Amino acid sequence: MKILVVDDFSTMRRIIKNLLRDLGFTNTHEADDGTTALPMLQGGGFDFLITDWNMPGMQGIDLLKAVRADEKLASLPVLMVTAESKREQIVEAAQAGVNGYVVKPFTAGTLEEKINKIFERVAA
Amino acid sequence: MSAGQQESQEMTQPGASKIELARALLRNLEEGAEDEASDTIAQLAGFRDNLLFKEVGRMTRELHESLKSFVVDSQLTNIATHEMPDATERLQYVIDQTEQAANTTLEAVESALPVADELRGEARALAEKWKQFNSSKMSLDDFRAMNSELGDFLDATQHNSEALHAKLTEILMAQGFQDLTGQIIRKVITMVSEVEIKLIELVRIAGTDGQSAEDIQEEKAKNAMGPVVPNVEHGDVVSGQDDVDDLLSSLGF
Repeated sequence: MKILVVDDFSTMRRIIKNLLRDLGFTNTHEADDGTTALPMLQGGGFDFLITDWNMPGMQGIDLLKAVRADEKLASLPVLMVTAESKREQIVEAAQAGVNGYVVKPFTAGTLEEKINKIFERVAA
Repeated sequence: MSAGQQESQEMTQPGASKIELARALLRNLEEGAEDEASDTIAQLAGFRDNLLFKEVGRMTRELHESLKSFVVDSQLTNIATHEMPDATERLQYVIDQTEQAANTTLEAVESALPVADELRGEARALAEKWKQFNSSKMSLDDFRAMNSELGDFLDATQHNSEALHAKLTEILMAQGFQDLTGQIIRKVITMVSEVEIKLIELVRIAGTDGQSAEDIQEEKAKNAMGPVVPNVEHGDVVSGQDDVDDLLSSLGF
């Protein structure tokens, strides 16, 4: 399972990577915004995308839209982990095709639960 | 000479009319016409008053225009009435968040250290006995005791390492403050830069005519809002992960 973690704060990327390792996912890669993430995703091989929303350059919501618009990436599961907590933003992300939405600050348990749920649904 | 004539003369040929008046004054004085001479002097003084009035008028108009652009500049008003108090709340929130993260980390460390010490102490005692056993200096009873101690130790190690893992995860999660406070501080920095731009503009308005920087406001509206800060207006926000889950499930998730 190859996972891409996108967040402009390296501390948050480390936190998520560590939590993923705890859950048994060791093949994780990092990008600091959508502009760097998209070519990595298009390079192929990623099974899961975890992205922040508020980033300089390309924001997470635009990355999500770009992923869904890309034929090869359209079905990639995407989990949003962000401090953005306006209802209209969550609705926008849902309409753009996000698979899960976690608001910061979050717990290790919440992240695990959302990831498991996404994989269950993808497997079904 | 009426005031109107005087002004029009002064406008067209200010020098000539002053000279005429001066000549008239000289004539009046030579002829000993004291009353006429006083009138002429009053007229000459009128020139200066007139210029003074015009200058005061011009300054009043400029002041009025400056004050008008100051009031019309709603962005500055917004900064003063909303963003400054917001910035104060945001920075206070940063202090609270960093304090909370530091406390969480310290508490986790304080509760993890005795667990590690306990494991080390037990391992040391067992290692001593293990050495005796290996050098065949152990009685059967002592061996039985060590055997049961070893079993307890392995159980405790499993349990304690799980506890240590949980504490380390707590420390890991507490570092999330850096992202959240970083986003907040960035917002405050943006606001401070805006105030700086507006103040420079104000200084410019005070000197010359004013123009406002509309594009800054437009750009601001597009930005994501960042973490929710208590006592700062954010609009319709969710109250936590449960709220997010409810909203998403209402959308068919």
